[in-house]
This record gives sequence, C-alpha cells and structure tokens, in this order.
Amino acid sequence: MLVSNWNNYPRVEAALRGFRSQEEARDILGQADMCIPRGLGRSYGDCSLGENIISTPGFRRFIHLDPEKGILECEAGTSLDQIISVIIPHGWFLPVTPGTSRITLGGAISSDVHGKNHHLHGAFGRHVLDLRLLTPQGHVLVCSKNENPEIFQAVCGGMGLLGLILSARISLLPLESVSIRQKTIPAYDLDELMALFESHHQSTYTVAWMDCLQRGRHLGRGLFMRGEHCRAGEAPCSGLTPPDSKGLGIPFSPPFRTLTPAGIRAFNSLYFHRKSRRTGCEYSNIESFFYPLDALYNWNLLYGKKGFLQYQFVLPRATSQAGLQKILQHITSFGLPPYLAVLKLLGPGEGTLSFPEYGYTLALDFPVCPGIFSLLNALDLVVQKLGGRIYLAKDARMKKHMLWQGYPGAREFVELKKRLDPENKLSSLQSRRLGLCQNPY
Amino acid sequence: MSKPVLILGAGSDIARALAHELGAARYDLYLAGRNLEELQKDARDLEIRYGIKARGVYFDALDFASHEDFYDSLEARPYGVVLAFGVLGDESLARSSREQWEKIIHTNYTGCVSILTVAANRLEQAREGFVAGISSVAGDRGRAANYVYGSAKAGLSTFLSGLRNRLHGSGVRVITIKPGFVRTRMTRDLDLPHRLTATPEQAAKDIFRGITKKRDTVYTRRIWRWIMLVIKSIPEKIFKRMSI
Repeated sequence: MLVSNWNNYPRVEAALRGFRSQEEARDILGQADMCIPRGLGRSYGDCSLGENIISTPGFRRFIHLDPEKGILECEAGTSLDQIISVIIPHGWFLPVTPGTSRITLGGAISSDVHGKNHHLHGAFGRHVLDLRLLTPQGHVLVCSKNENPEIFQAVCGGMGLLGLILSARISLLPLESVSIRQKTIPAYDLDELMALFESHHQSTYTVAWMDCLQRGRHLGRGLFMRGEHCRAGEAPCSGLTPPDSKGLGIPFSPPFRTLTPAGIRAFNSLYFHRKSRRTGCEYSNIESFFYPLDALYNWNLLYGKKGFLQYQFVLPRATSQAGLQKILQHITSFGLPPYLAVLKLLGPGEGTLSFPEYGYTLALDFPVCPGIFSLLNALDLVVQKLGGRIYLAKDARMKKHMLWQGYPGAREFVELKKRLDPENKLSSLQSRRLGLCQNPY
Repeated sequence: MSKPVLILGAGSDIARALAHELGAARYDLYLAGRNLEELQKDARDLEIRYGIKARGVYFDALDFASHEDFYDSLEARPYGVVLAFGVLGDESLARSSREQWEKIIHTNYTGCVSILTVAANRLEQAREGFVAGISSVAGDRGRAANYVYGSAKAGLSTFLSGLRNRLHGSGVRVITIKPGFVRTRMTRDLDLPHRLTATPEQAAKDIFRGITKKRDTVYTRRIWRWIMLVIKSIPEKIFKRMSI
C-alpha cells in the first residue's frame, strides 16, 4: 500500500506489518531483511518509511502506573493522547510534550521530541527511566542511564535504527489542574522577540509565532507566548478532567491552493494585530495550549495533494541572531512564505543523534511547490555555515553532508549501529539517503 | 468483581476491541482464552485504563469436558457472556482433511454449544444478564468458498436464536452478532473490499451498541443486513450457478 507520513511527502509503496506481542515482533524482525519501525506517522518526511514497515500502534498496553510516585510503563505503540487521558485524572501529566498528542511513546523516544519547556526540562529522553529494546539480532536489552548507557543515549533520538523499542518507563509531571495560565506578548522585530525568550527563561513554557513576511525594521515580528500550569482552584474551570479527544475533520484534500502568499500576508497581519491587543493573562487548557492543531484531526490535507515540507533547524545560541536574519531574508527574497513559523529557544542537548542543542530553533511549514527545494537548499547553506543542524523527524530532503556536519555524534552512532545491527536490518529511506547505515566518510 | 462480563476467545481482535468498549463502560472483565500470558497483560492494561477489575483466565474451546468446571470456577458469577472465539480454517484443505473440518466445526459450533449451554443455565438461574455470540454472515447462506465454516456459523446462529426464544422472559438477553468482513488477524490473508470492511474497533462499537440497546441480531457493518437480505432472496436455482 501507499504510505506517507504526516506531510504526505514522499509517498511510497510499502508493506506494513503490525504485532501484538514481543514474540510476534521478534518474528517480524527475524523474517524481514530490511525494515523500519513506524508509529502513528506524525513525522514529516521519510524517516519511518521503507519497503517494509513494522507498525507499532497495535502494541499499546499500559503495563504499570504508580499513581503515588508518578511513574508509568507502557508498550511503545501507546499514543500520548491515550496516556494523557489515563494519567490526568490521577494528577499527572507528560513531562515533555510536542505539538501533537497523536504520536506513540516509541516515536517520542526515537525522535527525542521536545516541547515548549525544553529550555528547562530537556527533551523526552531525559524523562525515560528505562526502556526495553529488541535488537535486530533478537535480544531484549534493558537500557537506561545506568544500564547500557551508551545504547540508551543513542536510542533516544536514534530514529528506530538501533532496534525496536518494546516498552518504556517514564517519570511524570505532577499536575493540579488542566488549566494553563498563558500570556501573549507582541514583539515588533527579531531582537525584541529573542530578548523575550531570554528574559522569560524561568517560565515553564515559552514559544513564539513568527510573521515571516515582514522585511526591514519589522523583520522577525512575532508573538511570544508563555504559559504555566495553574494551581488547584486557581482558574475558573480547573480540575483534572482529561481532554475529549474527538476532533473535527476536513472531508478531503482541496484541489486548489487554499492559501496564497497574499492570503498568508493578510492572515499574518490580522493575527498579529488581533493578538497584540490581548496581552493580559488568559486561561486556556492543556488541549488548546499544547495541541491546538489536533482539534482539526487531518489538517495536513489543507496543504493539498502534493503535501508539504517542514523545515526545522537549530542554530547555536551565538550565531542564532545573524542566522535567523539571513534565513528570513532568503525567504522573503524567494517569495515563498511559510504557512506557519514557530520559534523556540532550546536548552542543551543530550542524545547521541538527538536534535536539540542550546540555541534557537525555527520550524517552517511550506507547501510542496516549484522553487521550494532551491529555497531549502539555500537555507541549508546558512544553517551549515553557522554550525546548525536539521531535525531528522522533520526532514524529507537534506543531503548527506548536512547530517554529518551538523551532528557530531553521527560517527559514534554508526559505530554503535554496526555493533547492534551488523546485517543492517533496520534502515529507512532517510537513513539510506543520509548514510546512517554505513559511515560514508 | 461486580457484574463481570466473560469474554470467551478474548485474544481475537474483535474481542480485544470490545473489551475496551466494555471497560470504558465500567464492566469488570474476565478475559478467557489459551494464551494466558498475553491475556493477563491485556487485563492489566484494561485495569489501568478504565479503573476496572480484569482477570485473564485459561479456556480451551475444544476441551468440552472442562467447560462446566471452568465456568463454575470463576470467582464472580458473570453477568454477561461474549462468545468471540472462532476459526476460519482452510476450506480447500477441509475437502480432504478430516482433521481440518473437525477443527472448523468443533471450534465454531460444538465448542459454542458446549460452553453456552453451561452459561445459559447459570444465567437463567440468576434471572439476569446477556449472552452475545459472534456468528457470521457466512452462516446466512452456503457458498462454495466457505461452506464448512458457514455451516458451523449457521448452526451457531440457529442455536443462539433458539436460546433467545428459550430465555425470553427470564431476564436474560441473547444477541446474535453477524460481522461481514472485518480487518482482523483471521482475515489477514484475504483481499477484502474496503467499503464493506469494518475495523475491529467499528465492529466492537456496533456489538456494544447491540448489547446495550437490547438488539436481537446485529450486523456489522450495518449494510450487511441488506446485502444478506438480497443474497438470501436469490432462488437456489440461480444461486447454485453463481460464484460470489
């Protein structure tokens, strides 16, 4: 069948096989000569695509929940939204959550996902107490910071290339209320926006929306948002009722471009000015604060049949400002504005092949259209020159050298992969494109 | 456990999805089947998710002699019984192999009669509860492609309809479930038409609705009621020439 990830690009012919028990997983891994684990397909690109896919969402049992200590163990195919709906009533929340809850636990670890609190709490892997890894040779390894630490560090952010994660134990964040106290602050240029990240470094959640169509003195204009979990009884409608996961859907992919550059310009201005006026503290809830796009469960279809690309990079803190300015100038000069641009200051990174590092990350959504690949190649040059890197979970097109220059841990990763997977059983279209199976240098 | 539901053949995909529906509605559960280790993991999962009590218990549909003891050894008396075990078998092999047709008949029919006879008697004494049996649209009319399986399911459907007749007025309801195509492990190797095929989750929702809304017969997907109405109404003279 034709399979694509969330951005519908690329689409490839693949055989999907699911499993329900460890024995079945071992059988599948034993039989296939080349395969790659895939969860709910929320990554953007080809990192979990290949001829043979081991589909994990059928392997989704809760194994143990300690409601006193806030420790949860689940099979790797369990989705974060299922986890949330179970743990919230017990007064717990995910210590790290990305912008969608429709990903699996295994996917969250394999991409070492980050959230709006990365600057304080790190990426997902930091909160994994231990995990069970089925290696391509059929062994089950328990990995943690103390047991097989080298493998553990590489599996967090390892894109499923070292083995199939069977289950994991994570520590949870105590929660008193599902309400979030949030404040939106307008910033009229890039310097202002970056200054807000620095001065709000102690806020738990920080993120900014950016208007990429501004030039000159308004270059990098945006809205900075910070949020905190409310205490019990603080917000008008608090309590610990988990969100209702039913979303609305659009029935089909529109046959035309739903948004044009002029449309985006109009939307951005309207959005900026509207939000700039409402800068007081507001209360929202977990659903609308963390997962606003989950409300429209198939919003990816809005980008049309050709799909879209998300370009997410991080630049070292020292080169961030110059780099972001250059990137924004490139975007305006190419005349291909992203539909959505999200900026975030990350804290230091951890995993061997994990994306986050101390500096600014910008995520840009572009529809697949003529000229887009040349623009992204141009952006690659800036990112590469300034010592940045591209997020593997969001990548569908970067060249090999971008990976090897951006990720200093790549060599170590490949050495470890040779040890754990000598026959190179686990490989994706992405890992082959980037030479993550055998060291190309 | 209070008012537990016993699911026989709880390892099947439809049964697993139905266990989630029942768990979400706060029914305690017995998950019965042969793979006890996996059933115990399923039970723990349901307990954590829904705050219910769930237990995995060993049950072999083909070990008829054990059925009465099995049923009576359950700590809490089941309020409802869902019969979800079955086997598709290899129909062409069944033409030459006695072992094969025996397996199909005994799993899909004899085993059902055996355990449901015990269950019906106990429920009748308790004067409340339900029996839901998963039969198949294949039992509505014999076709060349699967008539051994179909005849066993026809037997099960008839048994359930008779049981419903007997228990009417006793406070025990009997529900016959007739799934059409469902995308499960049992049908993994078949090429099924997308529009007529349900996911195990859709089938479970239909079955759960049938149980709570007090239906007699539930087709899932619902279009199968009409498809089977047409198929049943074709005169045998014509039907015997057709290949559907």
